[in-house]
Amino acid sequence: MLTIKNLHAKVGEKAILNGIDLKVNAGEVHAIMGPNGSGKSTLASVLAGREDFEVTNGEVDFLGKNLLELDPEDRAREGIFMAFQYPVEIPGVSTINFMKTALNQIREYRGQQALDAVSFLQLMKEKMKLVEINQSLLSRSLNEGFSGGEKKRNEIFQMAMLEPKLAILDETDSGLDIDALRIVANGVNKLRNKNNATIVVTHYQRLLDYIVPDYVHVLYNGKIVKSGSKELALELEAKGYDWIKKEVAVA
Amino acid sequence: MSLKLKAMTGLKKKLLLPDMSTTTTRNINNEIVEAFHQSKFDVAKEYRNKALAFFEKTGLPAVKQEEYRFTPIAKSLEKNFDWSVIQSKSAIESIEEFLIPNLDANILVFVNGKYSESHSTIISPESEVKIKTLNAAFKTDSEVFAPYFDKILNPESDPFAAMNSALWQDGLLIHVPANTHVSKPIFILHLNDAGNSQVISQTKILGILEKGSQLSVIEKFDSRGTHSVFHNFSEEWIVKEKSHLEYCKVQNDAGKSYQVANTIIHQSDNSLLNTFTLTLNGELVRNNLNIIIDGENCESHFYGLYLLNGNTLGDNHTVVDHKKPNSFSNEMYKGIMDGNSKGVFNGKIFVRPHAQKTNAFQSNRNILVSDSATVNTKPQLEIWADDVKCSHGCTSGQLDEEALFYLRSRGIAEPIAKAMLLYAFASEVLTPIKNETLKSYLDNLIAERLQKNF
Repeated sequence: MLTIKNLHAKVGEKAILNGIDLKVNAGEVHAIMGPNGSGKSTLASVLAGREDFEVTNGEVDFLGKNLLELDPEDRAREGIFMAFQYPVEIPGVSTINFMKTALNQIREYRGQQALDAVSFLQLMKEKMKLVEINQSLLSRSLNEGFSGGEKKRNEIFQMAMLEPKLAILDETDSGLDIDALRIVANGVNKLRNKNNATIVVTHYQRLLDYIVPDYVHVLYNGKIVKSGSKELALELEAKGYDWIKKEVAVA
Repeated sequence: MSLKLKAMTGLKKKLLLPDMSTTTTRNINNEIVEAFHQSKFDVAKEYRNKALAFFEKTGLPAVKQEEYRFTPIAKSLEKNFDWSVIQSKSAIESIEEFLIPNLDANILVFVNGKYSESHSTIISPESEVKIKTLNAAFKTDSEVFAPYFDKILNPESDPFAAMNSALWQDGLLIHVPANTHVSKPIFILHLNDAGNSQVISQTKILGILEKGSQLSVIEKFDSRGTHSVFHNFSEEWIVKEKSHLEYCKVQNDAGKSYQVANTIIHQSDNSLLNTFTLTLNGELVRNNLNIIIDGENCESHFYGLYLLNGNTLGDNHTVVDHKKPNSFSNEMYKGIMDGNSKGVFNGKIFVRPHAQKTNAFQSNRNILVSDSATVNTKPQLEIWADDVKCSHGCTSGQLDEEALFYLRSRGIAEPIAKAMLLYAFASEVLTPIKNETLKSYLDNLIAERLQKNF
């Protein structure tokens, strides 16, 4: 589904990604871990199309398309979804209107008819249950005054509505208490199937107790320095990132 | 008196003529004074002479004058208008396109500065509201307006107010008796038709809300035609004890239109005021909105929105003057500037020494959509009382890139995402408008301007 080859990116003059290689197939969950400043969130942002970063080398193929050539909106329409680490507050735009516009833009791109109001509402109610979010929250201005947990649940609600092929969760666990974490993770798990894939970007292992990955990759200095199964995450939790840093230094 | 006036006129002419022939540049102030002497006025001659005398002293504001620093209106008037031209009549037959659809209201229409009886429809009974042209009111109702006319809005406070008081062609007296709620709004259409020639309109409104009364006023400014329009407009609203005024102004002039509006609203104890000013079009629009809170326990909300593009210059100068204790004012103006447009905001808050326990809030936020658009914003607070709560804030900048990316990352095309954000930013100021028909009309105007089609 997603093939990243030798990806380099910088912000200003600062190189952040220094040659990432990664292959993600349908049905898989990949966890990207690493210490602060290793480039985890940059990787997520580059895939979603944030323009603050300049790709200097490498390629990204997503379902046969050159992802790097696409605008952020076209990436979303092709099936990429990034759950933001810091969801943006937008006064005056309700989540409901936002989702209606987004969904219909995506449908239009795919040559489907716009959803009528009734079908939209029905779909929304169904997806609301997944993340235990209520309608009054969705009628309010997007994320404005939401708690940390409500913001993250709203991200997963949006993901449920848009049914992406590849979901990238950028530090979705940050700022969540254990109950909110469980709700968010349950939502993600219910959305998993053999046709979609998930990349979980996280600093800590605890999210991976709930969203169990097939592969774990450790990012350090803008490169994947170690890959393994879910046990790698436990090892990291036990030994800390210094262990990886030392290994890299020795090599 | 009239003989004396004529003699003076002759003298002026002699003084003026050599002046004009010896210099190649025109002197617009002299032209305006000359236009005054060429006009025949039926009423208010003493008021007019007094205002003219002041205007002769000051003339139009020069660019170096602080109050008009960003708004070079004297230059524009000099360049685009010939004050000796006799105005041609308007060819407008139907005003339908300028009305607010489905608004159930009294309709009062001015065309090229003259009240048009044929286009106007008054549906409220006279027991609810008395509406007269100023020319008529001067002959029959002088005791009603004499205490206020040219007193609340002092002609010496502003050169355009002085010009208006000297040269007004027509106007309205709107008088709401005590303890009366005017059930239908009053919609005033100021239409200028420059299809055949330039138009210079000078109109004036005096509205009086007696104790415990309530009124909603909607003023709309429109123009058509390819020639230049200058509209110099003054209005005074007296909102007495326990009265409630809803005031909405829509400035949607087309083409080469220049407008200066002096609005002053005087509030007494326990009165409530809501104003909303929407500026969309015109070459140059200058609003002076002055609110005098001359009573206790008053509430004033004044909201404004300027959505400018092309070469439009939109300038809002507001003053709220807290003269008595225990009142509340809340001002929120927002602007979106596109193209080469230019926004100006100046908000003054005065809190006089006696006005303790005043709450006064002000905010002005601006978004520049294009690189060549500009905005100048300046809050001014002068507070002499010590037990008050006042705040002000102004911002100007581009659209929030992070918010834009967020919307795009969900599949929304960039232009639609931009329109969504701008619309959300702008439409907040509509919140206090209660008349649903008016609100949806304004909402449509904003959506249309911001190309919101989602």
